[in-house]
Amino acid sequence: MKKVLSVLSVATLSLSLLLAGCGSKTEAPQGQTGNAGGTEGAAPAPAATARVGMVTDVGGVNDNSFNQSAWEGLQKLRTDLNLPEGNVNFLQSTSDADYVPNLTQFVKDGWDLTWGIGFLMGDHLKKVADENPNSKLAIIDAEVDAPNVESVLFKEHEGSFLAGVVAAKMSKTKKVGFVGGVEIPVIKRFELGFEAGVKAADPSVEVIKIYTGFFDKPDEGKSAASQIYGQGADIIFHAAGGTGDGVFNEGKNRKSKGEDVWVIGVDKDQSLTFGDDITLTSMVKRVDEAVHRVSKDVIDGKFEGGKIVWLGLAEDGVGLADTSTKNVPADVLKLVDEYKEKIVKGEIKVPAE
Amino acid sequence: MNKAIAVFTKESFLVPVIAIILGLLVGAIAMLAGGFNPILAYTALVEKVFGSAYNFGETIRQITPLIFTGLAVAFAFRTGLFNIGAEGQFIVGMVAATTVGVAFELPAFIHAPLAILAGAIAGGLWGSVAGYLKAKRGVNEVITSIMMNWIALYLANWVMNSFFVPKGQQRSEMVHDSAIITITWLSQMFDNARLHWGTLIAVLAAIFFYVIMWKTRTGYELRAVGLNPHASEYAGMNVNRNVIKAMFISGLFAGIGGAAEILGVFHYQAILTAQPGYGFDGIAVALIGGNTPIGVILGAILFGILSFGAAGIKFTAGVPVELIRVVIASVIFFVAAHGIVKVFVKPILKKKEGGN
Repeated sequence: MKKVLSVLSVATLSLSLLLAGCGSKTEAPQGQTGNAGGTEGAAPAPAATARVGMVTDVGGVNDNSFNQSAWEGLQKLRTDLNLPEGNVNFLQSTSDADYVPNLTQFVKDGWDLTWGIGFLMGDHLKKVADENPNSKLAIIDAEVDAPNVESVLFKEHEGSFLAGVVAAKMSKTKKVGFVGGVEIPVIKRFELGFEAGVKAADPSVEVIKIYTGFFDKPDEGKSAASQIYGQGADIIFHAAGGTGDGVFNEGKNRKSKGEDVWVIGVDKDQSLTFGDDITLTSMVKRVDEAVHRVSKDVIDGKFEGGKIVWLGLAEDGVGLADTSTKNVPADVLKLVDEYKEKIVKGEIKVPAE
Repeated sequence: MNKAIAVFTKESFLVPVIAIILGLLVGAIAMLAGGFNPILAYTALVEKVFGSAYNFGETIRQITPLIFTGLAVAFAFRTGLFNIGAEGQFIVGMVAATTVGVAFELPAFIHAPLAILAGAIAGGLWGSVAGYLKAKRGVNEVITSIMMNWIALYLANWVMNSFFVPKGQQRSEMVHDSAIITITWLSQMFDNARLHWGTLIAVLAAIFFYVIMWKTRTGYELRAVGLNPHASEYAGMNVNRNVIKAMFISGLFAGIGGAAEILGVFHYQAILTAQPGYGFDGIAVALIGGNTPIGVILGAILFGILSFGAAGIKFTAGVPVELIRVVIASVIFFVAAHGIVKVFVKPILKKKEGGN
């Protein structure tokens, strides 16, 4: 017993020494970037000291979806403005109860702007905004009525309409599916837009819809997808955050068994994550762009508290991913472009609720 | 003086303390492996929890439901039952409190207590379903109570969606002010941290736990059934009734926890997109606390500090959330695994014996 212990302790000691070495190595560049930010203060970046934080919902920052997209927007902001590494940060929420303290952490620490990502954070962000009237906050996907909050919403129905057109034209079984996360106004816009697009392109195509009730449960997404494919659909559009990973997983399984099925991704270009062999196209929601733009406005002193911004096809806030050309034939994409033009011109009004 | 030393070298004190230290050490190694500075991380944790009135208040808020679910699991454990259903009992407690809080209009002195009572009874009844199935049909309570968690989750969402959620919303209407148990003056003292009477109720519940378990005949029977159901039956106790009773009281604790969370923290019930998690954390809390009421309170404090301070580690030291979960898990692992820790404690205890 004693022998084992001594061997173990020696091993731990040497390991910790080794690792301590690694630890200090990674710290060095952090200090350097700090210096760089300081010395380049005179360079074009006007406010090298600006700090922007964001709070994710329970999906987390690696949700392959809008939380991740928002975080990418902030990282892009950091590189664009040459900010020190610690000047953009995020906090992840593990439950509803975390939203308020997480938002408060940034606000009380005096950050220039704090983002709440997601509809579910609306009430909580409002509470924090009211309690800290001198802070600046912004939120994605929810309308918050407070003088120090800028709300950014997307016309998901317009982008989803185009995804619906692609699905209807590409479906061989004349059945397509929709997997939603929680049945909230945002996701409802995805669903209604998608259905409208399908029916516009081909009224004979049937849409099977399932709401899983979760944004962070891939297993629920997988079983929903299995149910929809099982009913004969060959293309599924998901708007379910991390739950959608399960939809892709099920699609891949079936594809590897020789079934001709597809998944339409959401929020980001999901072909980059899940591959071109399963991702037909993605309905991209430019959360990153919105986060980047509004954050930059704040840094430039152009914060518009109390304003509600809607981003649709016309503003390039939503749309199909550029990689769509790989799997979607040119004639279908041409049709998509025609519909897009009609929506932008207002000739087609896509239902949102 | 010698007495003081005796207390601090007592095994029941040494084992958890050394376990926590070992857990933090393993966590530190994990952080080093990830290239992060563990000292900075642990300082950040302490600073997050004790650094400001607001965060200290919010830590208390985080600890409160863990005491309730910890008591629930510990109570059942004492009677030989493994109540994994604290989660579900917590949820039905939330639903009952929301229902009473939104649907009735009553004067404050009766409204809030009634809402809490409703939560308690709902949680108790939910727990006793698993108890009944165990007693009458011999169905393992682990399986039924875990399934009841999911039933509770979806039932709660259905009830909310059908009766209390306004169109286009994702949460119920606000409960009436008369049912709210937030302590406004204390909350303001703590910079708007969400403090509520539930914390006091949690401490009272721990006392209730102690009294009923060790000072009443009911408690004696419950413990006897837990230790040896066959002997208890032979001694003339009604084992089946005691199993149901144990699950009912266990559920009471979790139910009050759910009610306090609604009436004290949120003031409305959101559509649940995931299990709240307090019930499962309660299992860990009960384990850390050795299934004693005072142990549960201490365990909840530890767990609450770790899980609330986690945000501070992320914020200040930049350690990713996943790695912080590893740290928390390793602390729990060592606390729960008494056997491993005792190997480390032995030399200290031996020394003490030698000294005397």
